[in-house]
Amino acid sequence: MKDLLTFYVQSLKTSIMSTFQYRTGQAFYILGMMAEPVIYLVVWSTIANAQGGSIAGYTAGGFAAYYIIWTLVRNINIVFTPYGWEWRIQRGELSGMLLRPLHPLHYDLSFFAGMKVVMITIWLPIAVLLTLVFHPTFNATPLSVIVFVFALVGAYLIRSMLLWLLGMITFWTTRVGAIYELYFAFELLLSGRLVPLALMPGWVQKIAAFLPFQWTFQYPIEALIGQLSPVQLFEGLGMQVLWIAGSFALLRLVWHFGVRHFSSVGN
Amino acid sequence: MFRIAWLFFRVGTLNELQYRVNFLVQLLKSLITLGTGIIGLEVVFSHTTTLAGWTRPDLLAVMGVYTLMGGLINISIQPNMTQLLEDVQQGTFDYVLTKPADAQLQVSVRKVQIWSVTDILLGLGVLVYAVTQLKEGPGLLQALMFVALLIMGGLMIYSFWLIMTTGAFWVVRMENILELFQGVYQAGRWPVAIYPNWLQVGLTFIVPVAFAVTVPAEDITGRLTGATLLETLAVTVLLLALSRWFWRFGLKRYSGASS
Repeated sequence: MKDLLTFYVQSLKTSIMSTFQYRTGQAFYILGMMAEPVIYLVVWSTIANAQGGSIAGYTAGGFAAYYIIWTLVRNINIVFTPYGWEWRIQRGELSGMLLRPLHPLHYDLSFFAGMKVVMITIWLPIAVLLTLVFHPTFNATPLSVIVFVFALVGAYLIRSMLLWLLGMITFWTTRVGAIYELYFAFELLLSGRLVPLALMPGWVQKIAAFLPFQWTFQYPIEALIGQLSPVQLFEGLGMQVLWIAGSFALLRLVWHFGVRHFSSVGN
Repeated sequence: MFRIAWLFFRVGTLNELQYRVNFLVQLLKSLITLGTGIIGLEVVFSHTTTLAGWTRPDLLAVMGVYTLMGGLINISIQPNMTQLLEDVQQGTFDYVLTKPADAQLQVSVRKVQIWSVTDILLGLGVLVYAVTQLKEGPGLLQALMFVALLIMGGLMIYSFWLIMTTGAFWVVRMENILELFQGVYQAGRWPVAIYPNWLQVGLTFIVPVAFAVTVPAEDITGRLTGATLLETLAVTVLLLALSRWFWRFGLKRYSGASS
């Protein structure tokens, strides 16, 4: 356990230094990413104002707050892409990782976590700018901020593992493009990324309640902007823990069979 | 000039036609993108009946134009400009310069991603459906104008992208700026009228999304004014001239990949 911790600390350090070299590229990428939430923000603020001030409990200021925090959560959600698995296998990188003592998941978790550190420093000034332009209304409490930090970690872990699971499909077939696109489409609609789930029809919300998507996206946002009661905050954390445990268990299972299949075909 | 373009088009298409499965894959991707777009529209219209004066069929028309224009960009403009950027970075751009045809022509028409035709077909489909839903369908003149506006919008996007990519002669790592463009282009999903004024200016004159998507949609939905039409024509000519000038400026300064 102590070794694992040492590994993470070292890996984080390396990742931060490595990512820092590409900070300009990162900055442009984050800027380009702003288009999507700004568009949603403008559309929904327009509708809210036209409908007498608010829709489903969100005012124009509420939407602004939602979509500005959206930008942070979206960046936290960036993890190793399932499309990268084919690349990794073809280049022999996966074989190399299998020779090392730690489960390859830890490499991805630690590397991308390091990237987040650099990302947050780039994000902060952009967020300040967005706040000045769009006038969000926040109702954050100290409790909600603390829960938010934990929720971010939880979101990161859940999405890392879910996308790892998706990536492992590559062990059995390389025709994965359609599956991934379909997954991302559902995620877009059911996670609170397109719109806060409160604006979706009731039956969509019911379906979303059984899926992990909203715990990676909407829950952290709502935790910070002050939409949730303390009870709901802790319920949300509980759900995250549940999904972390569940996806981890599934990951170990699929990995066990996937690696055997991989080795039997030859490196 | 057109013979060369047609030749590249034929060869590129014939090459791609070998991989027919890619057509299905691309079709699926286009359907998913269109599907989420339409769902987004439906969510909007479950909460309101108009958006900045645009009704549901109006916005469906915008989505149709957006998808259609996206298809045109992905068939020709995007693959060619991406290849150009790669060539400049790898040094293989010199091979283009050794050929007798005009360099700008070559780098603009040599690549074709024909399977993106799915976006054109889907976009047209959505557009036709939207038109049937409008109170006043477009007349023949409007339809012809629409085609002209599409072509002009396409030329503007091409010029803009060429100007950006020409920047690679100096700032070799241009990918990030191009990624910025991809993000901004998404703003075209909605009529630019909904954005704050300062943003509208940016979306019209800095990245010509407004001209590429909103203006043709305005024509179809009967909102087009004569002033806008003249503006579109003027900006198209201006951008084409500017991109050509900048390209030749860049070529003169280009020092080549070897000594």
